[in-house]
Parts: sequence; structure tokens; C-alpha cells
Amino acid sequence: MKIKLTFWKMVFLGIMALGLYSSFIRYFRGLGAVSNMTDQFPWGLWIGFDCLCGVMLAAGGFCMVGAVYLFNVERLHSVVRPAVLTAFLGYILFIVGLLFDLGRPWYIWHQLIYMNPHSVMFEVGMCVMTYTTVLFFEFLPNVLERFNWKTPIKWINKIYPVLIVLGILLSTLHQSSLGSLYLIMPSKLHPFWYTPALPFLFFGSAVAVGLAMTIFESTQSAKAFGRHLERPVLVTLGGALLIALWVNALLRFEDYFHRGLLRQIIQPSYEAYFLWLELALTFVIPIGMLSFKKVRLSPQLLYLASISTVLGFITNRLNIALIGFETYVGHHYVPKWTEFSITLMIIAMGFALFGVAVKYLPIFPEENHAAEMRVPIETNAVLSTPVFTHAGD
Amino acid sequence: MSKALLYDATMCIGCKQCEGACAQQNNLRYDDAVAAESVQSEHKYTVVMTKAVNKEDKFMRRLCMHCEHPACASVCPVGAFHKTKDGPVVYDVWKCIGCRYCMVACPFAQPKYEWGSLNPRVRKCIMCPDRVSVGKPTACAEICPTGATKFGDRDDLIREAKERIRQNPGVYLNRIYGLNEVGGTCVLILSSMNVEEYGYPASAKIGETPMPEYTGRVMERIPDFIPVWSLVLGGIYWISHRREEVAAAEAEEHEHKQHPNGGAR
Repeated sequence: MKIKLTFWKMVFLGIMALGLYSSFIRYFRGLGAVSNMTDQFPWGLWIGFDCLCGVMLAAGGFCMVGAVYLFNVERLHSVVRPAVLTAFLGYILFIVGLLFDLGRPWYIWHQLIYMNPHSVMFEVGMCVMTYTTVLFFEFLPNVLERFNWKTPIKWINKIYPVLIVLGILLSTLHQSSLGSLYLIMPSKLHPFWYTPALPFLFFGSAVAVGLAMTIFESTQSAKAFGRHLERPVLVTLGGALLIALWVNALLRFEDYFHRGLLRQIIQPSYEAYFLWLELALTFVIPIGMLSFKKVRLSPQLLYLASISTVLGFITNRLNIALIGFETYVGHHYVPKWTEFSITLMIIAMGFALFGVAVKYLPIFPEENHAAEMRVPIETNAVLSTPVFTHAGD
Repeated sequence: MSKALLYDATMCIGCKQCEGACAQQNNLRYDDAVAAESVQSEHKYTVVMTKAVNKEDKFMRRLCMHCEHPACASVCPVGAFHKTKDGPVVYDVWKCIGCRYCMVACPFAQPKYEWGSLNPRVRKCIMCPDRVSVGKPTACAEICPTGATKFGDRDDLIREAKERIRQNPGVYLNRIYGLNEVGGTCVLILSSMNVEEYGYPASAKIGETPMPEYTGRVMERIPDFIPVWSLVLGGIYWISHRREEVAAAEAEEHEHKQHPNGGAR
């Protein structure tokens, strides 16, 4: 096999090399050496991004499974498999991220024997563990089909209704509970982000990001693998995204209104700048765009709206996890480069594994060129598209 | 009966013997360098702080407050913290997985971490549980030369604190910090100055609600939520698939009517 070194493959290898160096520092020099976390800032980038955002970015799995199998939205059938794959990889990488962040990762199994049912973290842990198992079974048919093992597929089909209901139940629980984690810090987290509504906001944002990620992913894969995009799929998702964003915006407004913060959030302050950035990316830009029918019918513009949504909610969660504590602590937290490099390594692993899976497994339905209503997508690579294509080489 | 510590800042002379006794009790290094450190850390569970007011030094101790309803114990996923019946909030290191939720959750920011260790532990004052359980005072209270840190039953100490304020209203501020904060703590503070000036969180900010209630309100709904939500989801699944089955059956019937003799293909 000939190995070609493309630009993106070099980038990938570079990220992995730096990540491995940082991993060495992490496990042989300790958390203090690898990160800028301190007693004042015990949770840093890894909790903020790898955990809070990682789980949110993997929400497309339960959203699509729910839409297709629970509500019978047949049009979306073709995106279920890639969404489940993303979710499965997302949760595995979340656990990998956790192994870096936990001070004593070798005791992670203690969760199973020293249970504390009062702890939100315990609930999140159990849900994530069970849901990853559910995702494994939802993902398994891809592998079984690849090797044409019919009997186990039949078994999985039999329990599929249970898997679907269980998967959505567990997702509802832990997506919202990630927000509940912060309920115990009323005196520490800035009032812009501390609200008793946190669990609802976290669940709402997970659904919106689940839809946006599916749009992003479908478009991105279409570019990377030279596939054709199904316009009805994107149009349906775009419409749903608009509704989800309005619901989220309404929740946020109601929350600020009832807590009497509307005047405060429009006054300039350190936190307000970050809040404005978040609100612009999550609501103003995508809702503004998607309100035009022209945008909802254009794959390019839908793609941009979905990117804005995803970046916006990432900003939201980083604000909650990091920016929201700076006033309480009294100083800034800026992650060390080694923290960034480990996060980057985990993201790169995600892209690479996605590429490998798509290459060897029947993730996407067979191309049927006779089908109508297809739009070719221009190949203006906005992101690291080639990582997908060549990752499996 | 819960034990507690009453710290009377007006009686404190800043000798820092409590720091030394604490270090000795917990097998921590204590020398001039550590004594000079004015913040708590993984190697310094308690600290005596100094503030000059009108050329007079005023002192204040800081240590784990040993809440009546500790946040750290409620958030720990593996239950590595628990409150003993005597009052101390203690830590079982062998359970700890190092998630540091206790550190983020503690309203007094007491748990500290061994950031430099490869098998790090959470460190904080544990109120000498071995001594307390056999009826002895904590190391810091025992060594205190002026009685500024006093060990005893929580109720007795509250009564005494109120009495001291009543007898010397000019000396003390009319407040016992820890009496009701976050539902009450086992460290009670009397002072002529507001404790907030030494970095303690303001009473108004942390409130009187026990911390575990904030998450408990949500957590207690979960046992009900699971069966209800499962039924709803299962119901939706059943209805939408039932509709599919009915549609399929109707289509077949329709076909059957059109080809009465043929049957299915």
C-alpha cells in the first residue's frame, strides 16, 4: 500500500505528535504541569470543551434517531447512520477526554461500586456509560452488515424499539443533567449563566446543536466524499433548526426576564461581551438567516447557519464553564498550550475515526444517481475536509 | 450531638500555633516558609491571616467550615466525602476518582488539590476525626493559648457566642458567621470585623439554603421522570408505528379488492 502524504495528513500527524507529547506530560508530570488549572480554577478547558461541548456535539444521534424512529420522519432516514456514528465516536472521545481530566482515571470504575445517588455527576456518569452501550448496539448493524452476519442483525432489530426509547430517555437525562451540575454553584457562577433553568437550557441547546451538527456533517461529508446532497433532508433539518432556535431563544429571554436581568445584559461589561458574542452566534445570525426561505432552500447558506449555531452554543458552554467563574475567582484562566493540544488531538482522532468508519462500513446509503431532487455541492473546502477523505488510507 | 469549633477573632493573637499543630496532626511539613504563606493550599489546611487596622493587627483564621449539609459530600459521584455524626466532614481517599466536583461545588472553596502529584488527592481540614470521636478537642483548639479557637458541642458554643456578644456589644459585630450560612456550619466565627474582608464569601451571597438542595430539587424528580418519560416515548413509538401498520394493512386490503382472485402477487 502506498502512503501519500497530503497537507492535511501532515497537519493530522503534527496534531497527534504534539498531543502525544502533552499526554506524556499529563501522565508523567501531573495535572499541574500540563494545565493552567489551579485550586481556584479546578475545571478548565477539558471539562468546558471536551465534556460539556463534546456531549452536546454528539446530540445529533438521539435527535435523528428520535425523528426517524419515534416520529417516523422517513425523509431523514439517510442521515441516521452518520448521526449515530458521530454520537458513538463523540461519546467514546468524551470518555477519552475524561481519562485526561480525572486526577485518578484508573479508579473511574469506582463509579460502579461506590455509588452516590445524590450526585449529579454520578447520574451523568451512569447515563453516559449506559448510553454509550446503547449507541454501540445502534452502531453495530453497520459492522454486521459489512460482514453479512444476518442472525445477529435480526436480534438487534428485535430489540431496536427498546434501544431507541432507552437511548432517548438516557439522552434527555444526561444532556439536561450536564446543566444541573452547575446548579450547586449559585454563589460562584455569574448570574448571566447561573439559572435554575440550566437543565432545560442544556437540553434545548443539545437539540438545536444536534440538528445543526447533522446539517454540518451531511454537507461536510458530501464535500469530502464527493457525494450528492439530498436537498429535502437539509430543508427539513433547516426548518426544524429554526424552530429549535426560536424555542431556545424564548427560553433564554424568559429566564432573563423573570430574573430581572434584561437591563443588565445590555450594559457593557466583561461578561456581557462574551454573552453578546454567544447570543449573536446562537440566535441573531442563524435565526436571521433561516427566516429567509431562500436560505432554507440553499445548502450553502444552511451550512453557514449551522456552523454559526454550533459555534454559538460552544461559546455558550465555554462561558458557563470558564468565563462565568472569572469574576468570582478574581483572575483569568487561559488554558496552557498542552491543554489545547490534547483537546485538538481528541478532535483529530474523531475526524480520523469518522473517515475510517465511512470508508469501511456502510454508513451512507448506496448512491442512487437516478434519484431526483439532488443538488451538487461545490467543493470549496471550508474546513479540514481532506482529513476525512484520506484518514482511512 | 454535633461538635463544633468557635473561633473568636478578638481573642486571637496571631501566634499561628494552630497552623503548626494542624500540620503536625496531619503529617504536613511546617517551617518558617510554610508559616509565611498566607493562603491555604494542599499542604496548609488552616491559615491565620493578618490585617492592619489603625496600626493594630487584626487576625482571622480560615479552615474547612464542616457544613451541616456539606456540598462536597452531596456532589461526589463516589461518595468520597461524608459527614460523621460528630460533625467532621471527612474524605476517603481510596474512593476518590479525581473529578474535582467537590472543589467547584464548595461555597467556601476549601478543598485543595495536589496538582503536582501523579496520584493526586483532595486536601482539606478534616477536623481531626480520630481525636473528636474519642472526645478530644481538635489539635488547633487544644494548642490555642488564648482560647480563641474553642472546641465543644455546637449548641453550647452558639449559646456562648451569643452571650459574649451580649456582654461586649461594643467589641463584636452582632453576627455569628456559620450559624445559618448554607444551612449552618460546624465552624462558628465571632469577630469585630466582617469576615468578608478576609476572603470569606458574603452571607447574603451564599444564603441560608443548604447547598445540596440546589441539585436535590432536580435529582429527586428523576425517579418519577424515568418511568413517565419512558412511557411517553414508548407510546409515541407505538402510535407512529401502529399508523404505519394500519396503512400497510389498508394498502393490502385495497389491492385485494382490485384483484379479488389474484391474492398477493
